[in-house]
Amino acid sequence: MDIFAQQMVNGLVLGSVYALVALGYTLVYGILELINFAHGETTMMGSMIAITVIGALFGVAPDLPGIVIVFTGLLAAIPACMLLGYSIERVAYRPLRHAPRLAPLITAIGISIVLQNVAMLIWGKQYIAFPTTLLPQGRHEILGASITDVQIAILFLTVTIMVALVTLVNRTRLGRAMRATAQAPAVAQLMGVNVNRVISATFVIGAGLAAIAGVMVSANYGQAHYYMGFLLGLKAFSAAVLGGIGNLTGAMLGGMLLGVLEALGAGYIGDLTGGFLGSHYQDIFAFLVLILVLTLKPSGLLGSKSVERA
Amino acid sequence: MLNLLKSKAWLTAVLLLLGLILLPFVVEASLGKSWLRILDFALLYIMLALGLNIVVGYAGLLDLGYVAFYAVGAYCWALLASPHFGLNLPFWVILPAGAAIAALFGVLLGTPTLRLRGDYLAIVTLGFGEIIRIFLNNLNSPVNITNGPQGITLIEPMNLFGFSLGKKQEILGLTLSSPHLYYYLFLVFVALVVFVCMRLENSRIGRAWVAIREDEMAAAAAGINTRNIKLLAFAMGATFGGLSGGLFASFQGFVSPESFNLMESIMILSMIVLGGMGNIYGVILGALLVTVIPEALRYTGELQRALFGEVFIDPADLRMLLFGIALVLMMLLRPAGLLPSKQRRQELAEDAG
Amino acid sequence: MKSTLLALSIAVALGLSMTAQAEEAVTVKIGQSSPLTGPQAHIGKDNDNGVRLAIDEINATKPVIDGKAVTFEVMSEDDQADPKTATIVAQRMIDEGIVGVVGHLNSGATIPASKVYADNDIPQISPSATAIKYTAQGFKTAFRVMTNDEQQGKVLGAYAAKLGKKVAIVDDQTAYGQGLAAEVEKAAKAAGAEVVAVEHTNDKATDFSAILTSIKGKAPDVIFFGGMDPQGAPMAKQMRQLGMKAQFLGGDGLQTPKFIELAGADAEGAIASIPGLPIEKMPKGADFKKKFEEKYGQIQLYAPYAYDAAYVMVDAMQRANSTDPVKYLPELGKTSFEGVTGKIGFDAKGDLTSGPITLYTVKGGKWETLETVQP
Repeated sequence: MDIFAQQMVNGLVLGSVYALVALGYTLVYGILELINFAHGETTMMGSMIAITVIGALFGVAPDLPGIVIVFTGLLAAIPACMLLGYSIERVAYRPLRHAPRLAPLITAIGISIVLQNVAMLIWGKQYIAFPTTLLPQGRHEILGASITDVQIAILFLTVTIMVALVTLVNRTRLGRAMRATAQAPAVAQLMGVNVNRVISATFVIGAGLAAIAGVMVSANYGQAHYYMGFLLGLKAFSAAVLGGIGNLTGAMLGGMLLGVLEALGAGYIGDLTGGFLGSHYQDIFAFLVLILVLTLKPSGLLGSKSVERA
Repeated sequence: MLNLLKSKAWLTAVLLLLGLILLPFVVEASLGKSWLRILDFALLYIMLALGLNIVVGYAGLLDLGYVAFYAVGAYCWALLASPHFGLNLPFWVILPAGAAIAALFGVLLGTPTLRLRGDYLAIVTLGFGEIIRIFLNNLNSPVNITNGPQGITLIEPMNLFGFSLGKKQEILGLTLSSPHLYYYLFLVFVALVVFVCMRLENSRIGRAWVAIREDEMAAAAAGINTRNIKLLAFAMGATFGGLSGGLFASFQGFVSPESFNLMESIMILSMIVLGGMGNIYGVILGALLVTVIPEALRYTGELQRALFGEVFIDPADLRMLLFGIALVLMMLLRPAGLLPSKQRRQELAEDAG
Repeated sequence: MKSTLLALSIAVALGLSMTAQAEEAVTVKIGQSSPLTGPQAHIGKDNDNGVRLAIDEINATKPVIDGKAVTFEVMSEDDQADPKTATIVAQRMIDEGIVGVVGHLNSGATIPASKVYADNDIPQISPSATAIKYTAQGFKTAFRVMTNDEQQGKVLGAYAAKLGKKVAIVDDQTAYGQGLAAEVEKAAKAAGAEVVAVEHTNDKATDFSAILTSIKGKAPDVIFFGGMDPQGAPMAKQMRQLGMKAQFLGGDGLQTPKFIELAGADAEGAIASIPGLPIEKMPKGADFKKKFEEKYGQIQLYAPYAYDAAYVMVDAMQRANSTDPVKYLPELGKTSFEGVTGKIGFDAKGDLTSGPITLYTVKGGKWETLETVQP
């Protein structure tokens, strides 16, 4: 086995999930300049809803192919999360659109706590299992690294979604409206763009991506939990900042980079520091990246928007 | 007229003091000793909330990692007054040391984040808080500094020149328990913190903070050294955090990293948001509510058990849900809190345009 | 206002002194504290049920202590697995006049609470706290009916060395996981094994691929994980995903039905330990299991220990012929009791004197008994 190649695979799989969640942060931030703190919880909800639907469907029709059952769960989770994303924006953010920045952020923290606790009341406090037996269990050796069918699917889906999203933003009417709103909402409004509708659409798309990411996470790790979205959300946000917040390609790149950084860091830090720092510092990397990027180059790797002062 | 007012104010102050001195006797007699402990924690939280209020309420810098300073103060006490390193330094060394180290951390955190905008700052401070917690949790190998997740036990209680607050004491023929003695100690510190906050509020520094909160550009143009003023806010807030941390460690006799998680930071933030940012009385009210309500909610669990034979919704779960809902509703309906600060030009009550 | 409160307090004080001079029948309160809310609520409730079952049985025998007919009553409090809350509920139970407490569940809550009990001379028996520090503080009131990290770690470490020459250790940096893993590492080295890797994660993590890859590079025969089932399960999964063949080994945090549920087929072959004898081997075990399941459903984890702890406490009162904590505490130290979890006796610190440890393995999706080790 080639350890380095394996760590790269580990990092890219982890990074794909970060990237998908980071896209949601970046979309919303690009248009509203708002950190949607509850985005991680939307991911968690997607995961929980999918597991529930899969369980119910398997109970009714156990003869269906596993892939079909899992995809039905995914297809149920996406619209459910989209509705959630839409409602969050309508209820919690829209009334505060012209309030100072702290207000929507505190509201977002509140929403995030509410979603966690609602999930806890619905699905309980224990971890719930994702029926991984429904998915292909194949394992392949590539360049001395092993990768599973589920992981290949995760990588493939992430890249596909990324391409689709870039096309949507650059080639469609909605995309143009989104870009216009991001540049200058007031002017866009005058040019006949329905800004409210564009913002809603942005939240809906972001939430849909979060749902896909949530299902991926639980399919890969075989479990879900009401608390799972929080740290994932924070790391994905760090990834979005690293790539340049507001920049789609940047979110993708930042996610992948952060994933690889975590894998390599956790894998090699012990050997590099002579045992002084160990793998239990894995969660610190994301925060360090965040602090370093924001203080040294707030626009991130690909971002062009300079972060103006408060 | 003025004399009358003055004497009235005096009378109020004396009555208030008397009330505060008698309060623990009343609480113990009516609700029991465990509520004395709750009262003690409430006082600690008032200190923490007032400290965070300087950063968030006055200077408008949203700090989501405030618990880090509390942790620094607590660990400072724990390491300098426990068998862990075999040290037992007196409180008048440790408390100031804890507060000073916390202030230093405040400046450390403040310096790189000076140019960040509000929401970015919030996320970075959150990261900072987590980094501190992770370090406290991991610094047990290869060199054992903090004893890691096991925490530090047998921490010395407060010892006022041979008079220990850690055990029952006879005073004027009354036997006072340890939580009762700590209550008076905490009360003195709360009074001190409130006094400092009040002086700050009406000082040039306090006005400079408010100016930064309202419009940093204009404040800078008006000749305020925004960098130093911001750092001062961080340092002041952190000082109070470190102070309460030290008191917490001496009172609890045990510290471990799990007491200093993100939820704790969010709790302290919710105290000032619910109570009223920038208003000392509001913050005190918020801290009291957030500390006492969850304890009172316990009885709903017993009530449910009595009524239905089982607990349908755990009071503790309910607590967090209620907090989340309260935070959202508060921001939408009363963004300035229950007791809004006198300044009509509340940052949260107006359009930032 | 103040005067009425004063009157009230005098009345309360009088009331307390009245109950103390009871005549024939007395009610004696025994405390129980564990997390009844939060992520570990199911394990906490399990402890509570164990104590309640024991107390119901004892009351049914109409115990007489010091010439009075005693009815025991359980006072249960939720400590939320939080150190600060634990001290508050400890104080609350003491105010309510408990004469002893079975608790707490977590080491992190047990340790700060133990100071409050010690200050008030209330005997405390923890059914599940394993941290060495708990009984090492020098409190006369602190006991446990569970083996501590050192006792369990010794057995697990020696067992790991028996399974293979090269051992890798992973822990979750919690009080429980790190405490146990540190002892396993020591014992494995002492038994002649080579510890090739020591890695850490945390109790919220799900992705262990990076540390497992790094461990795989060192080709261990055994991987020991100090932590709980929600991390153990994905770890077992990812070991398979990486094509690792090492034996997966864990402590009591892994020996749960949940671990098998979460890890699915990848749980197969994993080995984990639980202090005490397997329930079917105990003279009273099958009986206990039947009674417990009829009343409360499946045993989660520590119910038998909580059940034994309550029995041990009452046993000491009967031998001392007193329910006064100060009077029966010396007898508690001299305990020699046949419980459902094994023979219970305490050393000078309050730790178990003899602690057999049983190893289990997952076979066909169920935990099967492997062997019992006498330390």
